[in-house]
Amino acid sequence: MTSSKLYNAIFAAGISLILASLMIGIKLDTDGSTLAVRGATATQWMWIGGGIAVVFFSQLFSAQVDALFGAIPKPNIKAMLPQDQKMTTLKPWLIAALIVVMLIWPFMVSRGSVDLATLTLIYIMLGLGLNIVVGLAGLLDLGFVAFYAVGAYTYALLSQYFGMSFWACLPISAAMAAAFGFLLGFPVLRLRGDYLAIVTLGFGEIIRILLNNWTSITGGPNGISGIAKPGLFGLEFNRRAKEEGAVTFHEYFNMDYDSSYKVIFLYLIAVILVIGVIYLINRLMRMPIGRAWEALREDEIACRSLGLNRTAIKLSAFTLGASTAGFAGCFFAARQGFISPESFVFIESAIILAIVVLGGMGSQMGIIFAAIIMTILPEIAREFSEYRMLLFGLLMVIMMRWRPEGLVPMKRPNLELKQP
Amino acid sequence: MSQLLLDVNGLTMRFGGLLAVNGVNLKVKNRQIVSVIGPNGAGKTTVFNCLSGFYIPTEGSVMLRDQQIAGLKDYQISRKGLVRTFQHVRLFQKMTVIENMLVAQHRHMNTNLLSGLLKTPNYRRLEKDAMNHAAHWLEEVGLLAFANREAGNLSYGQQRRLEIARCMVTQPELLMLDEPAAGLNPNETKELDELIIKLRDVHEISILLIEHDMSLVMGISDHIYVIAQGTPLADGNAEQIKGNPDVIKAYLGEE
Repeated sequence: MTSSKLYNAIFAAGISLILASLMIGIKLDTDGSTLAVRGATATQWMWIGGGIAVVFFSQLFSAQVDALFGAIPKPNIKAMLPQDQKMTTLKPWLIAALIVVMLIWPFMVSRGSVDLATLTLIYIMLGLGLNIVVGLAGLLDLGFVAFYAVGAYTYALLSQYFGMSFWACLPISAAMAAAFGFLLGFPVLRLRGDYLAIVTLGFGEIIRILLNNWTSITGGPNGISGIAKPGLFGLEFNRRAKEEGAVTFHEYFNMDYDSSYKVIFLYLIAVILVIGVIYLINRLMRMPIGRAWEALREDEIACRSLGLNRTAIKLSAFTLGASTAGFAGCFFAARQGFISPESFVFIESAIILAIVVLGGMGSQMGIIFAAIIMTILPEIAREFSEYRMLLFGLLMVIMMRWRPEGLVPMKRPNLELKQP
Repeated sequence: MSQLLLDVNGLTMRFGGLLAVNGVNLKVKNRQIVSVIGPNGAGKTTVFNCLSGFYIPTEGSVMLRDQQIAGLKDYQISRKGLVRTFQHVRLFQKMTVIENMLVAQHRHMNTNLLSGLLKTPNYRRLEKDAMNHAAHWLEEVGLLAFANREAGNLSYGQQRRLEIARCMVTQPELLMLDEPAAGLNPNETKELDELIIKLRDVHEISILLIEHDMSLVMGISDHIYVIAQGTPLADGNAEQIKGNPDVIKAYLGEE
């Protein structure tokens, strides 16, 4: 054991001590009308001490610990899965079964779970949209939430001022978000990497601040409430029809009113939207435009020399990604019934980006898994209340350390030349 | 019969105070192999960058079949039939060989989103044409057997040949090769030599070549230009260049 190890261990333990005592050891509490700083209880200090000891010893004996972990035999997952050829014949059946399960499932569980699943589906949609921009075209976008906001506000405003229905607004929202993507993309797509990231970050903030301050139209921080829910061919899901003479869903089908119909209906719309988006992106990846995105990510200079117009190609990725976010935004507004700029802060962009990176850039399967984890985990971890972000951070660090290519690394849909 | 394909006059490129290329003239006729040689740092690649639109030349005219192309964007120039390779191989490493070939044909394909989503007959036909065209050129350069391999896994010589095939699939009139023999072994150089001659004689295109391998240059060039320190030094056929005292001086230094 060298002294550098000891130094490392002491250093790590020291950092943990400082962080833990600041974050856990000291608490601000309201004491009547003033704030009071309160120290932690003895048991909490004991836990902190224990934690620091763990950090210290694990650093000190890191080599031995690594060896111990290395000795654990890793299960061979590859061998457990069916052969590649079998997989291709099984695949359509698996997908069909999955869709059927997704459609039947909401009728058997609680309303809360269906609601959570709907939220997850929104994040899947957003993740898939950003995946076009970041994963396929390789353009780092930190302001993706702006397009989500544009989609949501487009529906909210059209619904409030013109009484337009969800179904009419869905394509309009996507088109509006795409238009904003085009507008932003045109000047900034000459930039690359870090520079692009900063500009998109700024754009995201501009949209949010605009929504916050344009009080006369957007209602500012108060947001817009009472956004109409989607109906089924004109049938509403409310207890009573809003307008005289209109028929509600339960009346039409002669059923008792149940508020969970509305939730399940929203969930089913989300499922259909997500399936649509997945199909769309799957096709895009196999089309010339998808290949051009990847080629541009791989080597921009070579693309230019081969007569590819990089601005047009990047713009198409940006616009298509934005329109997906527009879809998600429109649906989000319909589900919530109320939106405000609060829903479109930077952390949302960060979460969507985290979904893409955690899932594996470019990999649709990975993004779906990551979106599920990222939305369900905070719900499960609700008991840990304020430590939940800490847990979240820890998960990210672990993932990036051991699986930097993501949960399900991207597998390119390789085009094969059939040999005669 | 030998019409003028490329006519470069007084090409000058200035980077701030640095005069990288100074009044270079080049002429390439139909079905000709023309080489540009010169010591390291002479400005050969800068000339290429100017011709292919990666740089916009400070002065001078570049005529491709009586059309001014100086100042056009890089992708516009390559669409006019002037395509280049690079000193360092620039392939789409993670894509397969055949996909590399398809990306190069991007503008010949049906890129309409809707027809792609619906797989219209026109879309399928163009996709199939592109595949056949790609397969044809892979066969020409002897890479058909590797069509489904990842481009990054090919050997260096194969990657060089794929780069040439990828250019050829865009149907150029003038192919510009920037040091195609760099890093090749003698055998591969010989194959490259044969390929370049085949491109001229069978496929009837012109080739503009930058190369350091003198045996390759002297053996296949119809005309040679020598550039030193950005300035044209001499031009002529292989014999004339070999005997030119200025050229010898530029390469070997003064006595």
